[in-house]
Amino acid sequence: MASTAPSVPPVSGDGDARQELLAARGLTFAYGREPVLEHVDLEVRAGEFVALVGPNGSGKSTLLRLLLGSLEPDGGEARLFGHPPGAVRRRGRLGYVPQRPSLSSELPATVREIVSAGRLTDGRWWMPVSRADRRQVEHAIASVGLADLTASPVNELSGGQQQRAFIARAFASEPSLLVLDEPIAGVDAASQRLFRDSLVHLIRDHGAGVLLVSHELSAVADDVDRVIVLKRTVLFDGEPAALAARGVGSLGVHAEDLPIWLEQLS
Amino acid sequence: MIAEIALPYPFDLAFMQRALIACIAVGAFAPTIGVFLVQKRLSLIGDGIGHVAFAGVGAGLLAAWAPLWTALAFAVGGSLGIEWFRARRRTSGDVALAILFYSGIALGVVLISAGDGLSSNVLTYLFGGPLTVSGSEVWAIVLLGLGIVLAVFALRRAMFSVVTDEEWSRVAGLPVGLLNALLAVLTAVAVVAAMQIVGILLVAAMMVLPVACAQMIARSFSGALAISVVIGVGASVAGLALSRVFPGGLATGGTIVLVTAGVFVVVAVASRALAGARSAPGADV
Repeated sequence: MASTAPSVPPVSGDGDARQELLAARGLTFAYGREPVLEHVDLEVRAGEFVALVGPNGSGKSTLLRLLLGSLEPDGGEARLFGHPPGAVRRRGRLGYVPQRPSLSSELPATVREIVSAGRLTDGRWWMPVSRADRRQVEHAIASVGLADLTASPVNELSGGQQQRAFIARAFASEPSLLVLDEPIAGVDAASQRLFRDSLVHLIRDHGAGVLLVSHELSAVADDVDRVIVLKRTVLFDGEPAALAARGVGSLGVHAEDLPIWLEQLS
Repeated sequence: MIAEIALPYPFDLAFMQRALIACIAVGAFAPTIGVFLVQKRLSLIGDGIGHVAFAGVGAGLLAAWAPLWTALAFAVGGSLGIEWFRARRRTSGDVALAILFYSGIALGVVLISAGDGLSSNVLTYLFGGPLTVSGSEVWAIVLLGLGIVLAVFALRRAMFSVVTDEEWSRVAGLPVGLLNALLAVLTAVAVVAAMQIVGILLVAAMMVLPVACAQMIARSFSGALAISVVIGVGASVAGLALSRVFPGGLATGGTIVLVTAGVFVVVAVASRALAGARSAPGADV
């Protein structure tokens, strides 16, 4: 699969392979009087593959929105590429796959047009399309197994195929940090393997950091460096082996149940 | 100055040739902006901005300045105001539009009544009158339209990203506020440039209807853009011709919009019939 994985330059010019890309320090947030997150600490460094798991309503999507600057925290701070997320625009390349991308069912946009938007990041939004842009877009589309559907309208694809197009959009930006919110829901097993190969290629060969929020970790269970279990606050942050040592079973099957098990164990 | 050239009836006279150039320009640039507005679910924004432009027309007539430019100033200011409200969610989108609609039209009526009152000149701005445009007005329309088309061509990928997925674009680092403001300004320019042709009350139709047709046919966003321009230009020229050849003549602005609406109905019926034929038992898949 290496031939179809996205090509990404090294993440950092200063040679620091463990550069902090994303961090939360004492992050607290409430919708009205309803606390959603309390004193959350986490970080993702260059070259790290971090999985964030938790049950529905545990605050995962809210945490991502705080980390990416879409929401302002009530307390604590979020840092993206070492700076407040709202201030960051050109300090690093961010690839993002939202949970449910908003796309009009009437929109006649092709896979290529959607994925091409990934080339607009990092201050390139006003630049004309280059040969390198075209090459990277085709590469990103191939890396999620949609090469045969490049010119197809996205609104004619299945939900899983649409999701792969949005993953390709994130890959096309050659990210130094990739944040994915439930990216493989509805994606078939073969495509999950392609997705896994592309993620591993990004991390191992190009030093990118990945934060993956997912209920379904079986496709990447052997590759994750660290697991963060969230239920309003961080219940566990460590290597999968440390989680297994606490008597919690496979990451792949019961990621959704991890917080319940951890609470029972503690 | 635009010289009269030899064209067949109904475009044989100089005033028809000026109108033809203006109609082709409007038919091309109105859907060029409209394709983004439709995706952003702001199909009626052109109507609201048109109402503010009417206040500018009133100010221009009162001050004896060219109404095109005073309308442009009012429309740009109004479009940026509504975008500011929309972006900060200080009020809901439809309430902001309503404030814009009624304040604009009311101010226009007050300003015009403070001057010479309603005249046929005012009706031209409200309902369109391409047969009365002067050579300099045609140049202004063409140049404004050219500016819109060039700006959209340069920024089409970024504007496509913002109108289809604003949250992703913001996270990805695109200047969403700037691009939304640019789209608002370009919409205002399009409204003002088109108002003498189809009229303030009908201008939004030329931004939306060709795009609504194109969406049913196109299989890509760039295809939708190209098809909507072809439909916009074709319907504008056909509407202009029809308004002259019809016995006794017809109101040109209204005729152009009705022809465009007719194209929409034909395309809707044809695409539905085609879809039905494809899904019929025994049809080749």
